[in-house]
Amino acid sequence: MKYLLVEDNPELAKAICSRMGLDGHQVDHADKISDAVAFAQTGEYDLILLDIMLPDGDGRSFLKQHRAEKNDTPVIVLTARSQVSDRISMLDLGADDYVTKPFDHAELQARCRAVLRRNTGTAQPTTRLGDVEFDPVGGYLNVKGTTINLRNRELRLLELLMNAKGQVFSKQKLVDRLFSYDDDVSENAVEVYVGRLRKHLEGSSVHIRTLRGLGYRLDHEG
Amino acid sequence: MKANVVVFGSLRNRLGIILTGGAALLAILLFFVVRGYAAQIAQEGQDNILGASVSSILDATVLREGTIELDFPYASLSMLSTSADDRVFYAIYEDGALLSGYDGLDVELPVSVGEAVFTSTQYDNATIRVASASRTLIGIDTPRQVSVSVAQTQDALAETLNRISRNVAVFGTGFFALATALAFWATSATIGQLSRLTTSVTRRGPQDLSPFLKPVPTEMVPLVGSLNTLMSRLDQSLKQSEDFIAEAAHRVRTPLATVRSYAEATFQRVETQENRDALRSMMRAIDESSRAAGQLLDHAMVTFRAENLEREDVEFDGLLRDLVQRMTPVADMRDVTINLESTAPAIIRGDPVLLQNAFRNLIDNALKYAPVDTSITIRVQTNPSISVDVLDQGPGFLVNEMDMLAGRFVRGGDTQGHIGSGLGLTIVQDVAMAHDGTMVLSNRSEGGACVTLQF
Amino acid sequence: MRYFAILILSFLPLFALAQEWEDQRVFGSEDAPHSMRILSSTDTSFFVPIIESFITQRPDVSVEYLVTGTADLDDLFRQSPDQFDVVISSAMDLQLKLTNDGFAQRLDGLTHPDWAQWRSSLFAFTTEPAAIVINTAAFEGLTIPSTRQDLIEVLRGNTELFQGTVGTYDVRLSGLGYLFATQDARASETFWRLLEVIGSLDAQLYCCSGEMIDDLAEGRILVAYNVLGSYALARADIEDVLTVILPSDFPTTMMRTALVSKSTSDPALAESFVSHLIRLQSQGSVENLLLPSLDAFQNTNGRSSIRLEPALMTYLDQLKRQVFIREWENAIIQNQ
Repeated sequence: MKYLLVEDNPELAKAICSRMGLDGHQVDHADKISDAVAFAQTGEYDLILLDIMLPDGDGRSFLKQHRAEKNDTPVIVLTARSQVSDRISMLDLGADDYVTKPFDHAELQARCRAVLRRNTGTAQPTTRLGDVEFDPVGGYLNVKGTTINLRNRELRLLELLMNAKGQVFSKQKLVDRLFSYDDDVSENAVEVYVGRLRKHLEGSSVHIRTLRGLGYRLDHEG
Repeated sequence: MKANVVVFGSLRNRLGIILTGGAALLAILLFFVVRGYAAQIAQEGQDNILGASVSSILDATVLREGTIELDFPYASLSMLSTSADDRVFYAIYEDGALLSGYDGLDVELPVSVGEAVFTSTQYDNATIRVASASRTLIGIDTPRQVSVSVAQTQDALAETLNRISRNVAVFGTGFFALATALAFWATSATIGQLSRLTTSVTRRGPQDLSPFLKPVPTEMVPLVGSLNTLMSRLDQSLKQSEDFIAEAAHRVRTPLATVRSYAEATFQRVETQENRDALRSMMRAIDESSRAAGQLLDHAMVTFRAENLEREDVEFDGLLRDLVQRMTPVADMRDVTINLESTAPAIIRGDPVLLQNAFRNLIDNALKYAPVDTSITIRVQTNPSISVDVLDQGPGFLVNEMDMLAGRFVRGGDTQGHIGSGLGLTIVQDVAMAHDGTMVLSNRSEGGACVTLQF
Repeated sequence: MRYFAILILSFLPLFALAQEWEDQRVFGSEDAPHSMRILSSTDTSFFVPIIESFITQRPDVSVEYLVTGTADLDDLFRQSPDQFDVVISSAMDLQLKLTNDGFAQRLDGLTHPDWAQWRSSLFAFTTEPAAIVINTAAFEGLTIPSTRQDLIEVLRGNTELFQGTVGTYDVRLSGLGYLFATQDARASETFWRLLEVIGSLDAQLYCCSGEMIDDLAEGRILVAYNVLGSYALARADIEDVLTVILPSDFPTTMMRTALVSKSTSDPALAESFVSHLIRLQSQGSVENLLLPSLDAFQNTNGRSSIRLEPALMTYLDQLKRQVFIREWENAIIQNQ
């Protein structure tokens, strides 16, 4: 996925970019509205993350302009406000969703996914691996012609493993990525989801291997 | 609000007093002027008759063989008959000596011959009006001066004056009553303009700071003008302070977001339990503070809006559907599903912003306590009255705490490990009450909490 | 107390002696706690029923009724107004002057027609015409005069018969006579011509109506001019002897009046008497009245020709009186 981040605080921008990169997304950064408009006009972004307070104006005016240009790239607003009416007005202006700063990155990811799922049509980029076709946005897995609807954590786990095919993930790392820091879960919780995925992938050329003491790895036969 | 206004008199009363007072003054003035004028005319009438009487007597005086003879006509006194049977006195003097009639009328007789002289004096305990005139009779030897005074009491005059006074008093009172009625009308008409302005100010919504554009009388232009100026200043300063709060929040929350993002990224990398715990605490603290700040602001907002409730038709199905869509990504993260059960359209008059906030808090709470892979149900019912249940499959409320949970900053005993401010249910309760509804907490028999809002 | 009363009673005759009353009578019990003195020009006989009916209502009152001529009455009352409680007179002019001069008490409690009262102080209670009274027998064969002009012609045509047999008031002595004469003179010149005729017949002059009627009844005079008709009509004994003629050319009608002395010691008592009097005279049944009622002569002659008004004082004026008396004397006294 290719994201455009409009954020004037360089530190936060850097943190978001690096965190997004961790999930395998490509992020371009604009630190003012004028740049953002120029970037957005190229039309090559799947999603725009928009800060509201910017040095050369209000993010809301960007939104207005953005929608006036019939640009349908979905926008998620990053707002420092939490005022009830402000949330509403942002949505009225055409934002697809918003996240209140400071935000949980997992929540941001979840909202991005939800927005993308709502906005993109059937022609979605899918990842194909052997006889398995994976649609990370729609949350579908097609194994030998059978479509399986993945649940959220299954989806995220598969996405994680698919994006770094052949790489070994420790249980700890997977817990950190799948669960909120607040969910007080043991490493064994991961086993449940790995088990579910294995069941879905049964009979396909894609396997999740257990490397005892190290973690898991996605392998592909042939 | 009214209690804070320092009251000094009333415009209506002041106007009323000035107008009715003026009318009373005019009526009194009218009374005295007319009465005085009438008294003058009546007195002139009496004087005319007295003068006629005097001259008829004088005319009858003749000097025969050196003796004054006086054969005055019956009419001389007859003309003095009045309805009040006024007493009549007369005196005839020859060169100042009483010749006939009443002694002691005590009037200064006119020295020169000519017009009758009129005076008022006391005689026998009564006020009398005296007319006197003189005439010189030329005899053989010396000229003789004959003077005649005719006097009359003033009972009829007083009666006439009393009658006139009564009539004028009635007229004056009528004038006063009419003027008072007019004053009332004028006052109400004037105050009516003010009342209309007041009504239109009062009827405005709390957010409406736009200028008054309705036409007003010239005299009220300065008032409305300065009111409009004040409104625009208020509007501006409100916007400024809103901008300031937004700016402040931005300045505080953006670095917090930065820190949190870094902490999260670092959390993914570090291995040692000690460091992981530290980062976890850090993130928790950040989340806690940001959530608390948000809830506090929301609570203040809700309190303000609830006091100045703006009502419009709110359709629950659409409102909740939007909300569910908004909350679904968060629910998905924990593989919790949110079901909206709504059959018939439920519409109430209320503030959609407040209602949305209330339901968001309820769903937030449910999400916090719902175990993984469970569902949250939102059920809208219209029979017997409109109610909304928010049900989860979590641990439910502690029975002995249920009554207290709606209090401010009260958190349940089972909330360890969950981020919260203790304001969520307070907000929900306030919103319900502002819409004449109630919030009922209960536990489901099959397990889980149930919060019902009834309207 | 009793001795004191006796003392007063013993002095009363002395007082009475000092004044020559035509009549003097006390009505009611002598030990009545309240007493009242009425000074009147009306013969006692006319007032007996009125006073007696009053005393029936007020047994605690004794009334002393004193009669004298109108002129004398005026003098007497002016001298000592505190001696009398009620003053009744046929001389309207004198009564009016008394009132005008402040001798009368205002009685606001009484309601009386406006034309019959003055200043709520002087109350008229009879209407009485001045009449020509003739000895019926003497006029046998002669035209009975119905006007003053008729009378003049009858007298002129029979000078022998009427020489010394015509009577009228001596206006110098009688207040009522003076009032009648002045009012006649006001009304018509006929009066003076009549007076000339009467004077030429060597008229008999009287102080009072009573005496004139007595002489008429006894035939000493044959015609009396300006007699109080009521007195003549009241004399039932001479009904056949006398004829009372009310002149039809113009009536001279006077009203008997009553007033309460301002100096009365018991105003309430005096007022109640006057109230009784006027009620009786204006509302009582006519048969019981000896005096003509207030409305007696209203039908034929209208109201009293002499109105209660200050103009009544005109002829009381000294200068005016001198002129009138001189003219009257010139007319009536021709043979002296």
